[in-house]
Amino acid sequence: MSESRRSWRERLVVLVPYAWLVAFFLVPFLIVLKISLSQTALAQPPYLPVFDLAAGLRGLQDFFAALSPDNYRLLVSDSLYLGSYLRSLTIAALSTLILLLAGFPIAYALARMPRRWQSVLVVLVILPFWTSFLIRVYAWMAILQREGLLNQALIAVSIIDEPLAWLASDTAIYIGIVYSYLPFMVLPIYATLEKLDESLLEAAADLGCAPWRVFWLVTLPLALPGVAAGALLCFIPITGEFVIPDLLGGSEQLMIGQVLWTEFFSNRDWPVASAVAVVLLCVLIVPVLIYQQMQLRDLQASR
Amino acid sequence: MRRNVTRFNIAAIGLGLAFLYLPIVILVIYSFNASRLVTVWAGWSTRWYAELLQDEAMLDAAWTSLRVALLSATVATVLGTLAALSLVRMGRFPGRLLFSAMIYAPLILPEVITGLSLLLLFVAVAIDRGFWTIVIAHTTLTMGFVTVIVQARLLGFDRSIEEAAMDLGAPPVKTFFAITLPIIAPAVAAGWMLAFTLSLDDLVIASFTTGPGATTLPIRIYSEVRLGVKPEINAICTLMIAIVAVAVVAASLLSKLREAKTAMPVPGAA
Repeated sequence: MSESRRSWRERLVVLVPYAWLVAFFLVPFLIVLKISLSQTALAQPPYLPVFDLAAGLRGLQDFFAALSPDNYRLLVSDSLYLGSYLRSLTIAALSTLILLLAGFPIAYALARMPRRWQSVLVVLVILPFWTSFLIRVYAWMAILQREGLLNQALIAVSIIDEPLAWLASDTAIYIGIVYSYLPFMVLPIYATLEKLDESLLEAAADLGCAPWRVFWLVTLPLALPGVAAGALLCFIPITGEFVIPDLLGGSEQLMIGQVLWTEFFSNRDWPVASAVAVVLLCVLIVPVLIYQQMQLRDLQASR
Repeated sequence: MRRNVTRFNIAAIGLGLAFLYLPIVILVIYSFNASRLVTVWAGWSTRWYAELLQDEAMLDAAWTSLRVALLSATVATVLGTLAALSLVRMGRFPGRLLFSAMIYAPLILPEVITGLSLLLLFVAVAIDRGFWTIVIAHTTLTMGFVTVIVQARLLGFDRSIEEAAMDLGAPPVKTFFAITLPIIAPAVAAGWMLAFTLSLDDLVIASFTTGPGATTLPIRIYSEVRLGVKPEINAICTLMIAIVAVAVVAASLLSKLREAKTAMPVPGAA
């Protein structure tokens, strides 16, 4: 296909999805950015200033003059917001680590299973991912509640005497997150381990390398791209998670996704909700950029 | 990798699968509990399924969800496939970097951000929120997933068949429908299925973009679940799990069958 002379049909292949994404992904972001610089108002829509096309250039000037970074000042000065961001990042980092420790052995074991079983086992790992997120979190509500099965089981084997309050705690949030995101960690790691060149491991073993050193020096470094992809796939959505902390967590300390939700639905403060979203986005771009740098380095190294 | 079944490997997979499935199995078992108390087992019963059939609001929500999912998955599949073709076959074009960023971003972006931004768009252009705004939102959310799946298939197949068809005088559009589409069909179907389940699943984005009269199943379930665990919810969850499980197993069996038909048996290969 030549660069300059493309038929209109070929152009359409790009243009249709492009236009959709600009209209429903890019433009909405610009609107969020704009509203994050606006003030709350008792009006419909509940924010000021509203862009007034009829007023022409003068209106445009007024519009820009009315924008202010007040909402961002609020986010920085109020420890509630800062605390929520930090709490979300801590929970995301720690649960990504737990996911890695739990997911790696599973991915490793999957990759070493006989081929015949592998495809069935992979389907079994993916299957829960197809069932509703909400259902999976709900399943844990029943298990973790005060009279739930976990307490019943622990009392039955007399590890504890009194039922513990699992629900509405950070432990419950971690359990819910690890449970929901496990397939996102296992699959990327499995994909890299499955492609691993067996002869490298044999060469290391033939040269007298102990099995655990083969793992440490050969398998693990080669699995790093999968580990990085899995960590990214988990860390970013977990940071903005709403359903899990809302249903399983307590109400004293909120994650930032819950703060955004409350600002929007309960307080009806759309400008502050928008500012929360913009800052969250800026924070989450950092790991993506790090990941891209890593990929770029790998690409250059492989040349 | 060397294939050996060690105790460690069996234990890792066994524990992993137990962790993944035990909560779901418990949920399913308790949907057949005769007692209203979700913590006390009082024998088998199907009364919660019978009560579910009386629950008009729940059935309405299920019907809305189904329609939203069918529509948005279909539009997302068309758009996502076009996007995959653009990325794989169109080489460089102006704004390509922005294009791929916009496709991949919704895959990992927290749903609260996507939901909020779409809602603010609908308010800004004064569209009445309801059924159609959820369809648009879900299409935007899921088309990237379709693109990723179709893209992998497009990168993986032999282009010489396409080139042969073009050399023999087939116009690009005809080549696409006669050669390319049949080859990538399994990926397109898988993409549609993923888009469908993601739409059926979504609570956060639907909550932001919905309006009066358009309550989806997750919104309905969520409003009940916030008040606590109820056996009726276990029953509807069990039904949803059963539908998804049957669909996924059937799809993977079908693709196995296809592979077995097309692949020539190679002697000695495992």
